[in-house]
Amino acid sequence: MIFLMPIIQLLILPMAADYEIKNINISIVDHDHSSYSRELTHKIISSGYFVLNDYGQDYQSAFKNFEKDQSDIILEIPHDFEKNIGKLSASSLLVSTNAINGVKAGVGSAYLMQIISNYNQKIRQKWLHYNGQEIKEGMHVESRFWYNKYMKYTFFMVPGILGILVTMVGVYMCSLNIVKEKEIGTIEQINVTPIKKQYFILGKLIPFWLIGIFVFSVGLFVVARGIYGIIPIGSYFPLYAFLAIYLVAALGIGLLISTYSSTQQQSMSLTFFLMMIFILMSGLFTPIESMPEWAQFITKLNPVTYFIDVMRRVILKGSTIHELQFDFIVVSIMAAFFNIWAVLNYKKTN
Amino acid sequence: MEVIVKNISKSYDKKKVLALSDISFEVNSGELFGLIGPDGAGKTSLFRILATLLLPDEGSASLHGFDVVKSYKQIRKLLGYMPGKFSLYQDLTIEENLDFFATLFNTTIKENYDLIKDIYVQIEPFKNRRAGQLSGGMKQKLALCCALIHRPTILLLDEPTTGVDAVSRKEFWEMLKNLKKQGITILVSTPYMDEAMLCERIALIQNGSIMSIDTPQGIIDKYPYPLFAARADNMGKLLKDLRSSSLISSCNTFGDYHHICFVNDTYAKDIPDLKQDMIQLGNQNIEIKPIEPTIEDCFIQLMQK
Repeated sequence: MIFLMPIIQLLILPMAADYEIKNINISIVDHDHSSYSRELTHKIISSGYFVLNDYGQDYQSAFKNFEKDQSDIILEIPHDFEKNIGKLSASSLLVSTNAINGVKAGVGSAYLMQIISNYNQKIRQKWLHYNGQEIKEGMHVESRFWYNKYMKYTFFMVPGILGILVTMVGVYMCSLNIVKEKEIGTIEQINVTPIKKQYFILGKLIPFWLIGIFVFSVGLFVVARGIYGIIPIGSYFPLYAFLAIYLVAALGIGLLISTYSSTQQQSMSLTFFLMMIFILMSGLFTPIESMPEWAQFITKLNPVTYFIDVMRRVILKGSTIHELQFDFIVVSIMAAFFNIWAVLNYKKTN
Repeated sequence: MEVIVKNISKSYDKKKVLALSDISFEVNSGELFGLIGPDGAGKTSLFRILATLLLPDEGSASLHGFDVVKSYKQIRKLLGYMPGKFSLYQDLTIEENLDFFATLFNTTIKENYDLIKDIYVQIEPFKNRRAGQLSGGMKQKLALCCALIHRPTILLLDEPTTGVDAVSRKEFWEMLKNLKKQGITILVSTPYMDEAMLCERIALIQNGSIMSIDTPQGIIDKYPYPLFAARADNMGKLLKDLRSSSLISSCNTFGDYHHICFVNDTYAKDIPDLKQDMIQLGNQNIEIKPIEPTIEDCFIQLMQK
């Protein structure tokens, strides 16, 4: 179970957590029915991002589809569209977006704008050319994506999700295991033995540390490499060196939770609470830079942030230990902090 | 003195619940000492203090000359503790559990096999069975083996026979007698009054304080009044009638009989009078005979004091 569950998650989550917006349903209300309006429609559909939901002349019926949640975006083309373009005068199009899904709305309307403005540019050039005027080359921006050339979301998500999974194995397993001993009472029997608490805690941490490394290796070699074809650009050494320290920090958090809870329910809810924060405030799904300042501060206290950062930088960018030294230092401090706190708080006697 | 307990007090919940108040007693080396009291009397709290798992609020205790608070490290080496709740690893087999605890004490099963042999042979046929799947009696035997594996000088057994069938209970006490022969000091707690007779000395504990400490016979001899047993056809009616009689100072039910004490010393005259009264009230086949008090009689008498 410990091994299988994270692997299954790693197989499913990156596919689902995809920001690429496709299949945006569009309703086109065409009052013009000219060759230009049809050409524009054709361009939109052939872009691959949009699916034509309906094509009509009535804004009201298009809006009904909107309300039924069948279409995400409405493009209204006025009836003198072609005529106005011919006169080189302004012509206005109306784009209405269903913003219930904010991401889809934003990305969808941006795509649409881009297609329309490209089309606009093309027509202008054509008409200017007919009129014998010089074609002025406008400013042209070409973007190139570094480190993840094709903007593949799996390349971005898999290292991040792998980071979350290793954290879950560390924090959950470690805290639950010790609290279970408390519940069953076996910890009492251990406490009356001369064994030192440091050894007891080490005996608890080392197996989970090894399990964490194993799960990470399976995720990295079998799933990321074998299934998603992600081959780290950097070397494996900084990844494993960081993992080794990071797992100590994650296990320290688990240990700390276990010293404060006396039942498995308590430790479960505490761990769940922390994991939610760890996941959502780690930069896995949303960029940290776009968070409010106080939230950015919290992300800096979140160990997962550093792990995901290191994973992405080594795998996608090929960063070396030297470039990652800040992350190494911070996580080492966290590992020491959580473990010392936990050991101090763990008492063999009440 | 192997175990010395001096004025120990312990309360929980910010002094709201008093578990132990001013407990003092001593146990000799090699003695089988029983702590007898009902549930909630404070037995487990006292044992946890002696096992260095709980800190007393006041007072001090020492085992084998080591203070339970200051020298807990030495105590943990020489102490065998068996908690009331079965707390070995249920997912390990008998053998694995034993081996694990032997390792924790830096010893091996082989080294101390002679000490646990008599007990271990009884569970050895099942040594590859997981501890969670054992019967209650076998669990107790395994727990005792694990508590003995490091050859402790003092053994603390917290309610070892609670929830165990009558045959296993008897066997268990036999085992304790054998262990005593090996020179191990044994402290055992139990809510069963009949087991008190099997100890060398006992302390009766109730509501966190000790009511009496003596040999079982000594406690019985201290019973202040002659005791009689009474029975009739309708025991329920008899109990009611006896309790309302002016001749009787106390009346409690014990199995088939009601145990009664008289107000005055004039039994020779009082017994026929009482019989007469009971017959007049409609009781039939009345029998009244003198008896030797049991520990339970003593306990109830001390409790009512």
